[in-house]
Amino acid sequence: MNLSELFLTFPEMSKESLRMFRKSVDGAYRNFSREYGDTIEAVFDPVLYFLVWFEKLLQNSPWPLIILAILILVYLGSRSIYLTIGSLIALLLIGYFGMWEDTMSTVSIIGVCTFMSIGLGIPIGIAMSNSDRARAAITPILDVMQTMPSFVYLIPVVMLLGIGKIPGLLAVIIYAIPPIIRLTDLGIREVDKEVLEAADAFGANKAQKLFRVQLPLALPTIFAGINQTIMMALAMVVIASMIGVKGLGQPVLKAITNQYFTMGLLNGLAIVALAIIFDRVSQSFGKRLQQHRSGSRE
Amino acid sequence: MNKTKIKITNLYKIFGNNSKKYISSVRDGMSKDELLSKYNHVLGLDNINLNVEDQSIQVVMGLSGSGKSTLIRHINRLIEPTEGSVLVDDKEITKLSKSELLEFRRNRTGMVFQRFALFPHQNIIDNVKFGLSIKNLEKAVSNDKAMFWINKVGLNGFEYKFPNQLSGGMQQRVGLARALATDPDILLMDEAFSALDPLIRTDMQDQLLELQKNLKKTIMFITHDLDEALKLGDRISILNGGKLVQDGSAEDILMHPADEYVKNFVKDVNRAKVLKIRSIMNFSGVQNNSESYVKANDNIESCLPKILESENDLNVFDDDNKFIGLISRTDVAGILKN
Repeated sequence: MNLSELFLTFPEMSKESLRMFRKSVDGAYRNFSREYGDTIEAVFDPVLYFLVWFEKLLQNSPWPLIILAILILVYLGSRSIYLTIGSLIALLLIGYFGMWEDTMSTVSIIGVCTFMSIGLGIPIGIAMSNSDRARAAITPILDVMQTMPSFVYLIPVVMLLGIGKIPGLLAVIIYAIPPIIRLTDLGIREVDKEVLEAADAFGANKAQKLFRVQLPLALPTIFAGINQTIMMALAMVVIASMIGVKGLGQPVLKAITNQYFTMGLLNGLAIVALAIIFDRVSQSFGKRLQQHRSGSRE
Repeated sequence: MNKTKIKITNLYKIFGNNSKKYISSVRDGMSKDELLSKYNHVLGLDNINLNVEDQSIQVVMGLSGSGKSTLIRHINRLIEPTEGSVLVDDKEITKLSKSELLEFRRNRTGMVFQRFALFPHQNIIDNVKFGLSIKNLEKAVSNDKAMFWINKVGLNGFEYKFPNQLSGGMQQRVGLARALATDPDILLMDEAFSALDPLIRTDMQDQLLELQKNLKKTIMFITHDLDEALKLGDRISILNGGKLVQDGSAEDILMHPADEYVKNFVKDVNRAKVLKIRSIMNFSGVQNNSESYVKANDNIESCLPKILESENDLNVFDDDNKFIGLISRTDVAGILKN
């Protein structure tokens, strides 16, 4: 009798202890954020300063200049006249439907997030490729970052830093940085062992091997990671807007709560347009990096 | 005889996590199979002793898995020995510090690989320059050197192509130029021509011999192809299961194979083509007054018509046209009969 009861109901922690457990963890974290919140916020000040400066630059410059700059980048990246014309039409439509300012906000936060993800992700990926121990330690963290629902880690971030751009930036980076780390690691590990042995045989030291052989050969794979990172950052725009990040996410959020269908659709389409432009440009740039692999024989 | 350039003494290599632990059992005669089945460690090299003469081509031959690639990688320490010594010009390679080892690899050795191992993201001139740029040589100097070697291996006009735009033979020429560009005194060639088709291979062998006439490098050449070994090697070492079973000249290997393994190796070789008159002639006798003669350093095959036509024994002259002995039809028949 007693035994079957044990099998049927899970022997769980008492309600009282569970409440105590939650209370003490929450309390400890609250104390921590009260104690160190300001310090940690100060650490992020330079990033915030840069983010605001970049956003203002995009919003306050004359729009034809910004469009021209974007088109030049698109053309240099993709070398495709069709994509350039397509981007021009998309940008003009965005402006015409009154989404220019929000779009510039989104572009600025995506840009900063992407640069920070590259700046942090590539060194981490290199460290991972260098040691199996580092890889074993980092991989589960990346798994958590990619699968943990973003609302869950938004709670402590908002508790620590309040609502605003920096928590949004952190949330986006946490979600978007794993692919670039994984693909940097993969790209370097995939470099042909024989080619590495050749570099060794000619007396290349670790740094020379990394910068002259491993990174250049891993670059196409790394670029696939950058592309993924940009896409995932864009996907986070709406969620980031819930904690006060300005941009195309906010009107979408407003549309959801008030059932403004057209408003949601237009802003959603603007996000899609940005995504397509970013994706095509970074992909065709990545493809051109591996031209040496498909060079024709004469 | 030249002085010894590379001296390998009591070299052992055991692959596995606990290699040091089993070295004494191997030294006491544990076999490769026993080590594998009992301790799951692989015996790569088993007590190798080998002297490589300065400015000679030393061929190391064996079937795959015999340890020849392992052995060549001990010269520039791409593989660490488990025990033993490798001396290059009386300097102990196994004891070099990390930075000394880099210096040694940069300046003293060049390596050519079976599957070329060129850098696919660099064009030909940058590939050839790789060793020089690792040494941080001035750009103009390294450019000149690279161009010199690209011309030398006959690839001028291709310097801005990428490796995958070239054929296999051309790629290996790049590999050879890359190895020679740093002007090393030791050239390590790991089955360098094995991946090439037969005509190109012969071509590359001839080119290597031609280059070697002027360069006078010490070359360690790995191959599993006996014809290649006989053509290139001043001396030939034969490895079997990590053991050095025979080390000698082409003639030694053909005339006095050390064991069944070597005998099997050499049984299909055309001896008349490889052996010289010198190795079967009779060094005594009196010069006869026949006009016809053969030279001691010619190979037997090329002299066959003359020997078969002549009724009597034939005069043999050395390179200075001095009489040194006689050769008879029966001498030749003996070698052709096996």
